[in-house]
Amino acid sequence: MTDVLDPGTEMDLGPVPETTRADWSSDQEVRWCPGCGDYSILTAMQLLMPELGVRREKTVFISGIGCAARFPYYMNTYGVHTIHGRAPAVATGLAMARPDLDVWVIGGDGDLLSIGGNHLIHALRRNINLNILLFNNQIYGLTKGQFSPTSQKGKVTKSSPVGLVSRPFNPISVALGAEATFVARTHDLDRRHMQEMFRRAYEHEGSSFVEVLQNCNIFNDGVFATITKKDVREDMLIDLQHGKPILFGSEKQFGVARRPEGVVIVEVAAVGIEDILVHDETIRNPSTAFSLSRLAKTPTTPTPVGVFRAIDSGEFSTSVAAQIREVQAQVGKGDLATLLRSQPTWEV
Amino acid sequence: MVEATGVADIRELDEVIIRFAGDSGDGMQLTGDRFTNASALFGNDLSTLPEYPAEIRAPAGTLAGVSAFQVHIANHDITTPGDAPDVLVAMNPAALRSDLHTLVPGGTLIVNKDTFDERNLAKAGYDHNPLDGDDLAGYSVIQVAMTSITKDACKDLGVKPRDADRSKNFFALGLLSWMYSRPVEPTLDWIDAKFAGKDLIIGANKAAFNAGHAYGETTELGAQRVIVNPAQLPPGTYTNINGNTALSWGLVAASQLSGLPLYLGSYPITPATDILHELSKHKAFGVTTFQAEDEIAAVGAAIGASYGGSLAVTTTSGPGLALKGEAMGLAVSLELPLVVVDIQRGGPSTGLPTKTEAADLMMAMYGRHGESPMPIVAARTPSDCFDTAIEAARIALTYNTPVLLLSDGYLANGSEPWRLPDVADLPSIDVEHATEFNQTNEDGDGVFWPYLRDENLVRPIALPGTPDLMHRIGGLEKEDGSGNVSYDPDNHELMVHLRDRRIASIPVPDVEVEGDGDADLLVVGWGSTWGAITGAVRRIRTSGRKVASIHLTHLYPLPANLGDVLRSYERVLVPELNLGQLVRILRAEYLVDAEPLSKMRGQPFTAGEIQHAIGERLVALEGGRS
Repeated sequence: MTDVLDPGTEMDLGPVPETTRADWSSDQEVRWCPGCGDYSILTAMQLLMPELGVRREKTVFISGIGCAARFPYYMNTYGVHTIHGRAPAVATGLAMARPDLDVWVIGGDGDLLSIGGNHLIHALRRNINLNILLFNNQIYGLTKGQFSPTSQKGKVTKSSPVGLVSRPFNPISVALGAEATFVARTHDLDRRHMQEMFRRAYEHEGSSFVEVLQNCNIFNDGVFATITKKDVREDMLIDLQHGKPILFGSEKQFGVARRPEGVVIVEVAAVGIEDILVHDETIRNPSTAFSLSRLAKTPTTPTPVGVFRAIDSGEFSTSVAAQIREVQAQVGKGDLATLLRSQPTWEV
Repeated sequence: MVEATGVADIRELDEVIIRFAGDSGDGMQLTGDRFTNASALFGNDLSTLPEYPAEIRAPAGTLAGVSAFQVHIANHDITTPGDAPDVLVAMNPAALRSDLHTLVPGGTLIVNKDTFDERNLAKAGYDHNPLDGDDLAGYSVIQVAMTSITKDACKDLGVKPRDADRSKNFFALGLLSWMYSRPVEPTLDWIDAKFAGKDLIIGANKAAFNAGHAYGETTELGAQRVIVNPAQLPPGTYTNINGNTALSWGLVAASQLSGLPLYLGSYPITPATDILHELSKHKAFGVTTFQAEDEIAAVGAAIGASYGGSLAVTTTSGPGLALKGEAMGLAVSLELPLVVVDIQRGGPSTGLPTKTEAADLMMAMYGRHGESPMPIVAARTPSDCFDTAIEAARIALTYNTPVLLLSDGYLANGSEPWRLPDVADLPSIDVEHATEFNQTNEDGDGVFWPYLRDENLVRPIALPGTPDLMHRIGGLEKEDGSGNVSYDPDNHELMVHLRDRRIASIPVPDVEVEGDGDADLLVVGWGSTWGAITGAVRRIRTSGRKVASIHLTHLYPLPANLGDVLRSYERVLVPELNLGQLVRILRAEYLVDAEPLSKMRGQPFTAGEIQHAIGERLVALEGGRS
């Protein structure tokens, strides 16, 4: 008999070494289309990692299938490129088995909201310590241009040549509907904002969900341009800041106010600053955050970015491990010979 | 050993087969289970066959709601729950109607006559009462007013008549315990423990049990009393074990033997769910169980845990195995250890959830896209599930591969006495993880190549957390050695061959021939057919004729001597609970004229069925020679 060890606790690794972006870049050639929004997301991540003060060997990227899912190959960490939709499931097993690791899940809108939708909502429901980044480009890119579960109604694609008849998922609403404890949105044209959201996701205990609005310049070019281009951002992105009134526009002339039917966009001059909603990401009831997620139905109207919700709640894998430790503290470590004699026995 | 009560005028029998049948709500599984345990503690060899409907509570009194438990007890080594019961206990008309055909001609029929009223008779489809008239003339019928006697016995305890009615199964158990000279203490002790704190229920169940026992003693049933003495089994400590419990304990043992924490990803499905239940109890062994959102998440999480360094397992039944196929292919491609347990049931689709079948062999062999080989092992008896689970884990961890472990509903729920192994004698499972570079790049720097294979074609595994050995793996084709993504045609062909060879060359013990090596007929079995085949072969040989048998634990790779063994018999018969799946593999692999013997009735083979099939072929063989 061998002592059963927790594989994450054996090695003394010493102090965390200083690293640079190069240390976090793998030797693999990046094979996204030139101009793809995924490049800037990768850069943001590779630049952020040295700042987080984490170990490459303790960092794991898990992905499913799709353009976004190639991400792990380009990070000089541990990584698994799994199968379509299942990254949250594989990551869940890894995070349960190895609470010592930082586990990131990378997927696209088809991967995480269509074929893997069930795994996503259950990972969020359990609140397991995963940092889940959904690269939303509202299109299937790797299969060359079919509508995705986030494509807008009416969208013309190869599989909807006369226009899409179904309505899309709003990823933030889906995550909040699953009562995710950390929910944020960012976009691929703002590296600093991405890094801030990724950092917050990393720091959060439990499931963190970040929607990254990402441009597919081949099959859905410019789908977010009306809100994310530099010259329109002030008017079209509503920057959620915890503890501050929700204001936007070049003169901060617009704001968000609470009304019986939910939150709405108002002119500050018309309602007065005291009527403007002060953002509180820590409200346990997800209703206000959900209402904020409904402000923009299409990526053509003012759209909130930032942290919608960040609450402390019990983390799943820690609780599972604690149950094991509690039982072992009460009854001691299991003994196989005793187990085999735990039912009535007789001697011959 | 517990002494049986009473000794006078008891007929001694070598073996007896008893079938308890009643409504799903009548507690027949519990009654059978208790009778079995008392017999086990008494020292009989035994084998059980629980049979129950898929519905938790089918409409009371209907044929669909009949639940039965068959137990075979003997004073010698037995291998099956018996061909046909000698005694049928029918708690209501539906049980009589659905199970009477199983009873041997002239067998003993014990009925609860209180339930044979107009309403229950109609529900069972009788237009008259079979207890009146000649319907049951060929049987020895004992009519007992079980419900009213039980209610009478409980009257003074303050138990409501409706609650007393629920104890009538203990009356039946008491009566059968008297008839078969079973010790009463294990049952009375069990009632105390099971219903601790519920004094009324304890009182009612004991009163019913004692009333049943006394009924036998005080009525004219004396002539019916028999004893089946303890069996002469090899010395040791025994426990009565079912397949799912043995399998669960085997997995716990494999965790202890390998030093890796056990991780189970599972989704509830009959008849595999009891493994999830059992392993969820064993947190003291550091076992992590994860009830996932679906079958795919269950295997996905197991793959993640394996990647993290756990002994990872996923358990399911046929429909779930179909869902796991893609993820199993991923595990094949990642070359990660994983044990996939399939407790087979009747199919296709939802099929017969609570009934046994063994028709997933082809899916186990070929049920993944691409060339995707996996080792397959199958358990042969309930207790063998323990050893087979250890073997599956050993192969998975030694050769870094997913392994399929096949059991079935019959093994899962059936039980038998198990001589407990000495824990110190269990084979250790050595696991080594990579901690150092294994290759040098063109700059002369050390690197880790995750697909640089050893002499057994096994790749090294570096667990996340290991400094410097960061690397990426995935489902895309990998370059031999470096593991980098590769679409090169030569490399793909090489990798397909490497994956094939590395599994095909896993060493497997040779098959051993049982019976007559110089016989003309060889019977080949796999999985739960072992009991029936062994029983049949013993009967044939006892009758003075020659027959041989082999049984396959390893279905992939197959034993190296199998072809030679098959070719040395004139005829080869392969009994399977399917249309002939192993037989196709044997014919394809070895070009032998092996012949199928199929059964798809949701029940295991009886020894008699196989005995009959062997007998027919022996006659034909002799005829061919004359």
